Amino acid sequence: MAHSASPTHSGDGETRRDFLYLAAAGFGALGTAVAVWPLIDSMNPSAEVLALSSTEVDLAPIEVGQRITVVWRGKPIFIDRRSQEAIDAARAVSVEDLPDPQADEDRVQKAEWLVMIGICTHLGCIPKGQTAGDPRGEFGGWFCPCHGSHYDTAGRIRKGPAPKNLFIPPYEFTADTALFIG
Amino acid sequence: MSGLKTNNAVIRWIEYRLPIFSFLDDAVGSGYPTPRNLNYWWNFGSLAGLALVILMLTGIMLAMQYTPHVIFAFDSVERIMRDVNSGWLLRYIHMNGGSFFFIVVYIHIFRGLYYGSYKAPRELLWILGVVILLLMMATAFMGYVLPWGQMSFWGATVITNLFSAIPLIGESIVTWLWGGFAVDNPTLNRFYALHYLLPFVIVGAVVLHIWALHRFGSSNPLGIEANGPQDKIPFHPYYTAKDAFGVGVFLVLFAAIVFFAPNLFGEPDNYIPANPLSTPAHIVPEWYFLPYYAILRAIPDKLLGVVAMFGSILILFVLPWIDRSPVRSAKFRPIYKQFFWIFLADCIVLGYIGAKPPEGIFLIVGRLATAYYFLHFFIIFVLSYVERPRPLPSSIGEAVLKGGGAAPPAAMAGEKA
Ligand code: HEM
Ligand code: FES
Repeated sequence: MAHSASPTHSGDGETRRDFLYLAAAGFGALGTAVAVWPLIDSMNPSAEVLALSSTEVDLAPIEVGQRITVVWRGKPIFIDRRSQEAIDAARAVSVEDLPDPQADEDRVQKAEWLVMIGICTHLGCIPKGQTAGDPRGEFGGWFCPCHGSHYDTAGRIRKGPAPKNLFIPPYEFTADTALFIG
Repeated sequence: MSGLKTNNAVIRWIEYRLPIFSFLDDAVGSGYPTPRNLNYWWNFGSLAGLALVILMLTGIMLAMQYTPHVIFAFDSVERIMRDVNSGWLLRYIHMNGGSFFFIVVYIHIFRGLYYGSYKAPRELLWILGVVILLLMMATAFMGYVLPWGQMSFWGATVITNLFSAIPLIGESIVTWLWGGFAVDNPTLNRFYALHYLLPFVIVGAVVLHIWALHRFGSSNPLGIEANGPQDKIPFHPYYTAKDAFGVGVFLVLFAAIVFFAPNLFGEPDNYIPANPLSTPAHIVPEWYFLPYYAILRAIPDKLLGVVAMFGSILILFVLPWIDRSPVRSAKFRPIYKQFFWIFLADCIVLGYIGAKPPEGIFLIVGRLATAYYFLHFFIIFVLSYVERPRPLPSSIGEAVLKGGGAAPPAAMAGEKA
C-alpha cells in the first residue's frame, strides 16, 4: 500500500513481495507456536495424575453432626452429616443477600449430607471446622484462618476475601450409605 | 578508556587476541572514571553482586545433596543439616544469604529513590533493576518451597493460587503451574528446576544492568552530572578499596547471623514436614515479602488484592515518568525528602502488618498504609511540579572542595561534602 504512488512501475511486484514477507513471517510464527506448545503442555497434569481421579467413601459410621475429611485428587473433601439446626440455619437466609448467591438446596443432593471440596476459594488454605474445638467462624460453618474467610453451614462464603462458596465435587450416592466421588 | 600498559608477555599475548584485560580495566578498573563524591550508599550494588555469588556457590553445593521429591525432600534437607560435612554451614549460608540479598537490594533501591538515580538517562538501568527484583522474588519463593516443610507447602499453595484470580483462564493456569490438582510432586520438581535456572537468568539481567550503568556511569549524592576529569577519580583503586571495606562489614554482619542466629529470619513451622491436609494457623511469608502480603490482605476483594500486590512493584517501572522533577537528589528537594522518609516508614509499617493476623487494628492500619503506598506516587507526581528545589552546586568538584576541608583531592574517596 505504501507504493500506490507509483503503480505503473513496480506496484504489482512490490505488493507480491509484501505478501511473501507476511506469509513467511506468519508461517514462521505459526510453526514456532506449534513447536512450543508441547513444551508448555508437558507441564499440564500427566496421565497418571489424571488417572487417580475417583474415591469411594463408606458413610455408615458417621454420626449426625459429625464432619469427616477424605482425600480426592489430592484435595481434602469435607463431608458433613448436618444436624437439623444446621440445615435450618442454612435455609433461613435470603439467597439474594449472599456474596455468591446459591440456595442450600442447590448445594446438596440429600439435605443431611453436605459434600464439598475443603479448599478456601480465596487462596487455597484448608478452612478450620472439621475437628472438634476448631473455630467455625461467625456463621457456624467453617473459618479460614489464612485471611479470615467465614463460611456458613452450607459452605457458602459469608464474610472475608474469598469470592466463591466452597466448591461441590461431582459425586453420587451408590447406595444409602456409600458415596462415590469423581 | 585506557590502552592497557603491561610488560607481562602472557597478558599481552592474550590481550591481543581477546582484549579481556582492557575490558575489565574499563569496567571496574583504573579505566573507569567514577564521580569522586560517592558515599557509602553506593556500596550496595557490589554487595548485591557478592550475595548473588555466595548464593549460587552454596546453592550448587546444596544441589549435590538435595532430593526433589515429596517423600525425600524434607529428609534430604535434614540429612544436609546432620550428616553432610559442613552441610549445616552451607544451608545456613544459603538460607540467610537469601535474606541478606534482599536487605542489600532493598537498601540499594531506596538509595535510588532518595538520590533520584532512576531519572534520565538512567531509566532503563532502573527498569532492569526492577526486573532483577522480580526475578529474585520468584527465585527466593521457589527456593523456600524446596525443603518441603509446612510453610514451604502452604506458601506455595497460597502464592500459586494468586493466579486463580485471573478471570476465565485463572484455574487452568494454576493447574498448569502445579502439574496436578494441588501442590504436589510435579510442582516440587519444576520449582527445583526453575530455582536452579533463575539465578543464571539474574546474572544475565545483572550484566545488562551494569552495561546500562556504564553508559553514563554512576550518578552521585549531588545528582548533578560530572563535568570533567576534576569531578572523577578512577574506579580502581579508590572504589575497589571502598567496596572491599563494605564487603568486610557485610561479611561480619552476615557471619554474626549465620553462626549465632541462623534461624532468626526463619519460621519454626518450616521444620514440620509438609501436610497437605492441615494449614498452619498463621501463614506468614519470608520477611522480605511481608509488605506485599500486607497489601494483598488489605483489600477485601480477591482479584483487586492480587492486582494491588503486583501493582505495588509494577508501578516502580514507570516511576521515572511519574517523578518529573529535573532535580535528582533529595538533598536539594526539601519537600520530596520528607515524603521519602514517610514512604520508607510506610513500607516498614506494611512489613510489620504483613506479619500480623488480618483483624482489628492491624486490618485498619494495613488498609491505611496500603492506600498511602499508592498515594505516595501521586504526591511525588504533583510535587515535581509544585516544589521549588534548592540551588544546585555548579560542579561536583566545587561542592566537594568547598566543604571538605583541605584534604588532597585524590586521597578523599568523597565522603560527605
Ligand atoms: C538468586 C539466588 C538465590 C536465592 C535468592 C535462593 C534462595 C533460596 C531459599 C530462600 C531457599 C530455602 C532455604 C531453606 O529454608 O532451607 C533455597 C533453597 C535451596 N536452594 Fe537456593 N537460592 C538462590 C540460588 C540458588 C542456586 C544457584 C542453586 C543451585 C542449584 C540453589 C539451590 C538450592 C537448593 C538445593 C535448596 C534446598 C536446600 C535448602 O532448603 O537448604 N539456590 N534457596
Ligand atoms: S485462603 Fe482462605 S481466606 Fe485466604
